[in-house]
Amino acid sequence: MMIPIYTRRRIINAINLTFSVLAMAFGLFWLFWILLTLFDKGLDGISVVTFTQMTPSPGDTGGLLNAIAGSLVMVTLATLIGTPIGIMAGTYLAEFSQRGWLAPVTRFVNDILLSAPSIVIGLFVYTVYVAKVGHFSGWAGALALALIVIPVVVRTTEDMLRLIPNSLREAAIALGAPQWKVVTLVTWRASRVGIMTGILLAVARISGETAPLLFTALNNQFWSADMNRPMANLPVVIFQFAMSPYEYWQELAWTGALLITLSVLGLNVAARIFMRKRDF
Amino acid sequence: MTISLSPSDICKISINDLNFYYDTFHALKSISMQIRKNKITAFIGPSGCGKSTLLRTLNRMYQLYPSQIAQGEIVVDGVNILDKQQDLNMLRAKMGMVFQKPTPFPMSIFDNVAFGVKLYESLNRYDLAERVEWALQKAALWEEVKDKLNQSGTSLSGGQQQRLCIARTIAVKPEVVLFDEPTSALDPISTARIEDLIFQLKEDYTIAIVTHNMQQAARVSDYTAYMYLGELIEFGDTDLIFTKPNERATEDYITGKFG
Repeated sequence: MMIPIYTRRRIINAINLTFSVLAMAFGLFWLFWILLTLFDKGLDGISVVTFTQMTPSPGDTGGLLNAIAGSLVMVTLATLIGTPIGIMAGTYLAEFSQRGWLAPVTRFVNDILLSAPSIVIGLFVYTVYVAKVGHFSGWAGALALALIVIPVVVRTTEDMLRLIPNSLREAAIALGAPQWKVVTLVTWRASRVGIMTGILLAVARISGETAPLLFTALNNQFWSADMNRPMANLPVVIFQFAMSPYEYWQELAWTGALLITLSVLGLNVAARIFMRKRDF
Repeated sequence: MTISLSPSDICKISINDLNFYYDTFHALKSISMQIRKNKITAFIGPSGCGKSTLLRTLNRMYQLYPSQIAQGEIVVDGVNILDKQQDLNMLRAKMGMVFQKPTPFPMSIFDNVAFGVKLYESLNRYDLAERVEWALQKAALWEEVKDKLNQSGTSLSGGQQQRLCIARTIAVKPEVVLFDEPTSALDPISTARIEDLIFQLKEDYTIAIVTHNMQQAARVSDYTAYMYLGELIEFGDTDLIFTKPNERATEDYITGKFG
């Protein structure tokens, strides 16, 4: 015997499930298409030359070494600058702000910064830094990227810390732990995976950012480890090469795009494995 | 309000005219009572009567939330702990608390117990290990975890987690242990073990326990306080409260006519 209300519920359930699966399939379809295209166009270009030679001039052959190195340096620097600031600010918002205007204002400004177009960040750093010193530089690039890292990390850190039940904090406080010890030894630890995910998200985001680098680090055809000079980087090289009429450059652009994707993927997988090992 | 106490025991905590507010809600109404040293004092009463609130004033846990205010006096060993000058961390180290839900920290079993110890004592590795073992022994958990001290505290069962939390609390060597419904999330066997434990702990500690379970109060406590709507209705020897209470309201609650 079927009860009408139960039958109706089952039908609604089936309909919702169908739509959910369709939505997921829609998203995955594009994702896989993008990945497939990337592999299809980029995989052939990957060789030893990619990692050992500089970006070529038109008509010449070459690799992406200077761009890879530049991207690595600037992304690492930006993460090193942005992550501590982001974690501290996020921790303040979640753990220390109880009353007053500072926290709501910070949160509001941070949300604006989070959704600010990255080109605005690029222009900002251009105005306050590049224009003042008179030349593009790796430092300016790292700074612009750091400004993108900060709001992402602030947001995820705060959200993740807020997921920690208050009972855990109370338990630590009940032992007589001062608040900074509660935060550093208990709540950070409990939300470690979430905070780490936020940092990875930020790294993934800045790995592909082009606009802020266009105004700050610009590009460099040659090897340069001098942070005070224009610095090569993958996104701008991809932008430049993909828009060019030269087929070899276009191929390199695909290779660069694939490299960025693979490194972000690799970073995620590595972090997950690392985190599972010490999962308390 | 009726208070009947055996006069011989030493008073550890003296609560005088305590009022408590959640913003504007008057949660504790002029409570006055004493908690005796090395005895177990149970707080019973229907949900929302203020028994947990009272417990949370004893280590000033309420102070974490700015809208909660306590007025009056709570004198522990001659010092009013509601005084502004009272150092909160030292107070909490002295007044240990075990919560309703087990709350193991996200770290190893050993580190869970060592956490509080390390806050106030700098023991060498050997002494620290000894203290951790001592606390786990006291909490009747040592035999079950001695071979896996490096495993996560969250990997234990609910009852074990709660004993871990008790070990963590007594490892600090507090003077008072406050239990806030410590067994309400546990099965009967774990509950029995924890009740045994609480009973043994009174040798060394002064204990206050909030419970929903009247049999539990009758089994473990020396004194029982019955609270209703923020007021202390009756307080006295557990035997008396459960056999011939003075107040009609207490009797109704204990016999199950009400609550």
